[in-house]
Amino acid sequence: MSAIPAERARAGQGATLSVRDLTTSFDTSGSPVTAVDRVSFDVEPGQVLGLVGESGSGKSVTLRSLLRLARAPAETTGSVLWDGRDILALPEAKLRAIRGNEIAMIFQEPMTALNPVLTVQRQIDESLRAHTRLSARDRRVRAIELLDLVGIPAAAGRLDDYPHQFSGGMRQRVMIAIALAGEPRLLLADEPTTALDVTIQDQILKLILDLRERLGMSVILVTHDLGVVAQTCDRVAVMYAGRIVETGEVGEIFREPHHPYTRGLLGSVPRGGTERRPLLSIEGTPPSLAAMPSGCAFHPRCSFRTDICFAVSPPLEPFAPGRQVACHHHQRVAEAGLP
Amino acid sequence: MLNLGFVVRRLLQMIPTFVFILVVTFVIVRLLPGDPLSAQAGDRVTDAQVAHAQAELGLDQPMLVQFFLFVKHVLSGDLGRSYVVQIPVWRLIGQRLPPTLILTAMSTILGILIAVPLAFVAALRRDRVSDAAIRGTFQVGLSMPVFYIGLVLLTVFSAQLRWFPVGGYGDSMADHVYHLFLPSLTLAVSLAAVLMRNLRTAIIDVLNAEYVDFARAKGLMPRVIMIRHVLRNALISSVALLGPTIGTLLGGAVITESVFAIPGVGRLMIDSIYGRDYPVIQGLTLSLAVVVSLIFLATDLIQAALDPRVAQ
Ligand SMILES: Nc1ncnc2c1ncn2[C@@H]1O[C@H](COP(=O)(O)OP(=O)(O)O)[C@@H](O)[C@H]1O
Ligand SMILES: [Mg+2]
Repeated sequence: MSAIPAERARAGQGATLSVRDLTTSFDTSGSPVTAVDRVSFDVEPGQVLGLVGESGSGKSVTLRSLLRLARAPAETTGSVLWDGRDILALPEAKLRAIRGNEIAMIFQEPMTALNPVLTVQRQIDESLRAHTRLSARDRRVRAIELLDLVGIPAAAGRLDDYPHQFSGGMRQRVMIAIALAGEPRLLLADEPTTALDVTIQDQILKLILDLRERLGMSVILVTHDLGVVAQTCDRVAVMYAGRIVETGEVGEIFREPHHPYTRGLLGSVPRGGTERRPLLSIEGTPPSLAAMPSGCAFHPRCSFRTDICFAVSPPLEPFAPGRQVACHHHQRVAEAGLP
Repeated sequence: MLNLGFVVRRLLQMIPTFVFILVVTFVIVRLLPGDPLSAQAGDRVTDAQVAHAQAELGLDQPMLVQFFLFVKHVLSGDLGRSYVVQIPVWRLIGQRLPPTLILTAMSTILGILIAVPLAFVAALRRDRVSDAAIRGTFQVGLSMPVFYIGLVLLTVFSAQLRWFPVGGYGDSMADHVYHLFLPSLTLAVSLAAVLMRNLRTAIIDVLNAEYVDFARAKGLMPRVIMIRHVLRNALISSVALLGPTIGTLLGGAVITESVFAIPGVGRLMIDSIYGRDYPVIQGLTLSLAVVVSLIFLATDLIQAALDPRVAQ
């Protein structure tokens, strides 16, 4: 679960993604709301980072902001260092050379993320054209290889099919094949299995892990499902109301959560199993971005809160090697153990 | 690409359409006010003359027989003779239809050429000054009567600037295009307005689609994204609109042809109605209905070519 793929580590071709103080706000009708607030994390080569949190916590906006894909009227600040360059400061042409080529992205709903009126071949081909110098014939061969790679049966015969001619799971495979066209070193996956039923979910997750091994990619996997995290990720970053509230190795976080929100999330997952359930067990709802609570954003839902939580927003700070938490009372939370 | 099964099915649909057109044409001419004969023969006709003429036209037969005679004639290419100018109707229409068809085709092309870029500008700069300016201008254009737009263009570009002829049709194809430019522009205004409005909304919709984000995430050039992903998808709904709009445009052609003195079917229609030239009216109704149904066929096929889901 935590091993960095040997090939990539040997070849040394991986790059580290270093995100620092990533902040994205939307200037909606005069009053800007901050959907992603000073988010920082690293993804080492070959690593799978899980980004977890309830719906609306800012996972998708974070992921999109990494490639400057947050929708208008978004404004993103901070830095996203990739291979020595700050993606947020790159000129458009350089940014395009990274998008789809070094860093690829897949979305939750393949039905809406694939263009309904273009054949699968066209949608792979345009990526190959943008990022390789292959001839038209070689691109077609490569497209078949890619569909093969993601496990589409009789790939050659499906090149000229349209997205609606595939089943949900196959469609997600097609999207992954398209994303892999540029041989990315980092794959951003925004809830790639949420729209699929459970057996297909497992297949897609296995596929992503398998590709990670074979191609030596790193992955950021957005999910609201801790079972998925347990099954696939090396590290995890827990998001709440636009901020990262806890990070660490998956095993450690599952063993000893230090943030009450993480603890609450874990309380909703059956112990030891890979069986999955939605994250619903924490009482209350996340705050609206337009009316954020004072101090710690989680305090209205927190059973560990004291006066300081109402007044001071706790910074995300390291407390052990490889672990960070943003909570005034994280030691107490850890001592309390799992619910 | 086009799905062959769909093309065949769509072509088969033309059969009932044509039957319907035949029935309607037949009925309409018999519903027109006045006796077909009195217009032709004037007031001083004898009963014998009337009976003779009626027999010649088959008007003394039962309706059903008349209808089958009518269909038989139409299918053998016989649309009768004009009462007024005494030449076969199909030859008359053959002379007057091409100018109207070229005018309609040019207006459609001009309308699309005007609407597509402006729709993009309006959609991309949505709710800003340029968007408001474009939409406002077209709103005004749409609310002006066609003949008025025609007269303004005629006054400015023909009478004042002398860039274009004041009317007529010319002799060669290049000449036709030159003569029909201003009339086409006149007609294109309303088509462009309708298309622009629809396309602007469609583009705004498509820009929000996730597949456009995915295209961006693939690192494609903005131009490729705009044309292949945004325009292509946005056009689908607009093409559906094109059929009825071009149909209306044909109606507008009647007025435009008068303003610019173009020898097209528009003026022929007006002349034949005044002259109660029933065979001509009937022939024109028939051929215009066929033209319109062919336009609908074409837009349907284009739509199916743009959207593979239509053909399913
Ligand atoms: N284009 C936008 N304009 C305004 N607010 C947005 C926009 N996109 C996302 N948001 C807001 O940002 C917050 C985070 O959204 P998102 O990242 O999609 O959450 P998640 O993926 O964790 O479910 C939500 O409150 C959402 O309403
Ligand atoms: Mg999301």
